[in-house]
Amino acid sequence: MSEIFKPEVDRRTLLRRVAAVGLLATPAVGMLSACVGGGDSDDDKADKPAGTVSATNPLGIKEDAPLEIVIFNGGLGTKYATDVDIPSYNKLFPNSKVTFNQTEEISTVVQPRFTAGNPPDMINNSGSKLMDQGALVQAGQVQDLTDLYAAPSVDIAGKTVKDTLIPGTVEQGTFNDKPYVLNYAFTVFGLWYSGKLFKDNGWTVPATWADFTKLLDAMKAKGITPYGYAGANAPYYQYTVILTSAAKIGGADILKNIDNLEDGAWTNDAVKQAAAAWAEIGAKYSDKAFLGQKHTEVQLKQNQYKVGLYPSGSWLENEQAKDTPDGFDYQLMPLPSVTTADKLPVTALYAAAGEQYFVAAKGKNPRGGMEFLRHMLSKAGAVGFTQLTKTLTVVAGATDGMEISPGLTSGNKALGAAGADTFSFRFDTWYKKLDDELRAATNELMYQGGSADKFCTRMQKAADAVKKDSSIEKFKR
Amino acid sequence: MKHGRYPFIIGFLIVPVAIYGTFVVAAYLQAFQLSFTNWRGFSPDVNYIGFDNFTKLFQDDTFWKAIRHHALLLVFLPLFTIVLALFFSFLLNVGGGSKGGRTRGVWGSKFYRVVFFFPQLLALALVAVIFARVYSPDESGLINGILNQFGSGPVLFLADKNLALWSILAVLVWQAVGFYVVLFSAGMGSIPTEIYEAAALDGATRGTLFFKVTLPLLWNTLQVAWVYLGIAAFDAFALVNVMSVDRGGPDGATTVLGLEIFRNMQDYAQFGYASAMGVVLFFLTITFAALTLRVTRRESVEL
Repeated sequence: MSEIFKPEVDRRTLLRRVAAVGLLATPAVGMLSACVGGGDSDDDKADKPAGTVSATNPLGIKEDAPLEIVIFNGGLGTKYATDVDIPSYNKLFPNSKVTFNQTEEISTVVQPRFTAGNPPDMINNSGSKLMDQGALVQAGQVQDLTDLYAAPSVDIAGKTVKDTLIPGTVEQGTFNDKPYVLNYAFTVFGLWYSGKLFKDNGWTVPATWADFTKLLDAMKAKGITPYGYAGANAPYYQYTVILTSAAKIGGADILKNIDNLEDGAWTNDAVKQAAAAWAEIGAKYSDKAFLGQKHTEVQLKQNQYKVGLYPSGSWLENEQAKDTPDGFDYQLMPLPSVTTADKLPVTALYAAAGEQYFVAAKGKNPRGGMEFLRHMLSKAGAVGFTQLTKTLTVVAGATDGMEISPGLTSGNKALGAAGADTFSFRFDTWYKKLDDELRAATNELMYQGGSADKFCTRMQKAADAVKKDSSIEKFKR
Repeated sequence: MKHGRYPFIIGFLIVPVAIYGTFVVAAYLQAFQLSFTNWRGFSPDVNYIGFDNFTKLFQDDTFWKAIRHHALLLVFLPLFTIVLALFFSFLLNVGGGSKGGRTRGVWGSKFYRVVFFFPQLLALALVAVIFARVYSPDESGLINGILNQFGSGPVLFLADKNLALWSILAVLVWQAVGFYVVLFSAGMGSIPTEIYEAAALDGATRGTLFFKVTLPLLWNTLQVAWVYLGIAAFDAFALVNVMSVDRGGPDGATTVLGLEIFRNMQDYAQFGYASAMGVVLFFLTITFAALTLRVTRRESVEL
């Protein structure tokens, strides 16, 4: 062994090696961008109907043009695309060959193709490596979906696609007044608990903050950690909770102001009250060790009946399907009212369309990409999606009356009870930087002895910085 | 014979040079080019904005945080690793005293030498995942599981602002030590045994042997180790990305330049800004290497 490592390295070889090693450390950026300046940029290539417009072909796609789609392979899988949507599309257009690709890293696979000028036609932009949707829109790479929403639905007679959607869906994918993105999955957000655990202990869902802390005390007495979220990678769940409480206290406009980067949006009293209330829960009823854990670890603890309440979206049930014990019975509760003078009722919910799908404006077959979305938005497409993923879609009432799973039913019920009192925010996708800052600030508030005042000042400062930064395109709603 | 020599040499070089030129030099030049633009990664057109990215960079708190973390790693990673590796390789080679005129390592040193090298064989991502488990804050973590047996509370290695970077540093050291043990062992192996014998005859203790014989004769090797480890201290991206809380957290307490480049590129789609960081990192690394070589210049002993 010592023969190999004889120290005959002199200064010269050393320098050479240093250069080599040093050189390897940096060029990742250049590598990834190695094709800037390449690619052609003739705009308006194909934004006109290329085929004949008819009742079965309202978007006028070219019937034999191939179509390429890329689906993110994550919690939802890809089966809904291959088993439901592609067959539906090919039933109408048997001569259009669909190339299907799936990936766990959307940006790695798709971004270079945008720079090179030959993007796939329809992309499911999702996952931890999703592309910055705002930047895509800013670069003119995203197709305007107005024609899609105006087209008739595939299988809901007499309605346009837009008419079949849950109100707010189109707006959720709007960037500066134009609908660019379809947010397809409909998510209800709240606190999840085990129906069995509650039944066995005779606990009920609290509506007021006093009842809430009483419930948490009861859980603590049973040796269960009453509340927790994963600080290592999912502080996002907790900040959704804090902002939901803020919206309930001060009305949904609180979130709108935050999205629009209004002055003082974060230092508002409602945000402060919500932050203070949850900071106390974090200090008294949670476990600081969760700060170092990942979402799957904390979720598993809940499945083992070691954690009482867990904040998450309605994807939780499907995500945990493998680890959930029989009879666990996932149930959703809306957040209890923080004050007795909350502007919104206790049933109010954070509910939003999520999971982005968009069509490449400079692809080879943008019309075909839109047509594919039309099939996803058919009733059959929506039912298939919900059955395969246990996730609701934005197609209103597509699965009404179907028993699919307890969590889904519970989420659906909560949504019904909320009525018009649902709200959501957009800043997290518009300004990723703000999202990152809020994650850190939330961890500080909940687990590292932060205070509501500090939280609000810190976020206001971050929002002001984004507002001032001219390199970031601003959005309004 | 001279005839045809150049075509021969060129024939050998053309492929590696072409590959190096395309994948390293060209990529580098492009990173420099992009650092003067506000390119966001989705269009073929780029706008030049002069030094704006750099002025912004120098006012960026996170950037300075990352630089401070590199400074800390730069001091302690080489220090801990080299001290440990020297200690171990001394034990493996000379620590057993001399018998029959030959210096030997401690009992079983051949076996240890192989074991020490194991961490080098693991992919860095794997090491990160393993240590994330070791450090896990609940009783499922190796360390906290043991602490739990003795009834002491969990230590939040990665979740405590003051501990997180040190915890990651410990992993870097753990991973690096094996390689340098082998490197130093080789260096020690090439020190003629007569020198040790002579010193031993004069009554030198093991400590004197180490400081008066081994260390000076290893100087060249040590220098190499220092530069390599210093460069490793400018990286640390993989471990931080996989292990740290909230990527570079808690609250930026473990972030490094590599991670910030990645974040600006991947999450914020600020390719120009990320390239500017890359350029800064490039100059930092080069400066460090050049400086180290200057400062540590010292005539090595000819054997």
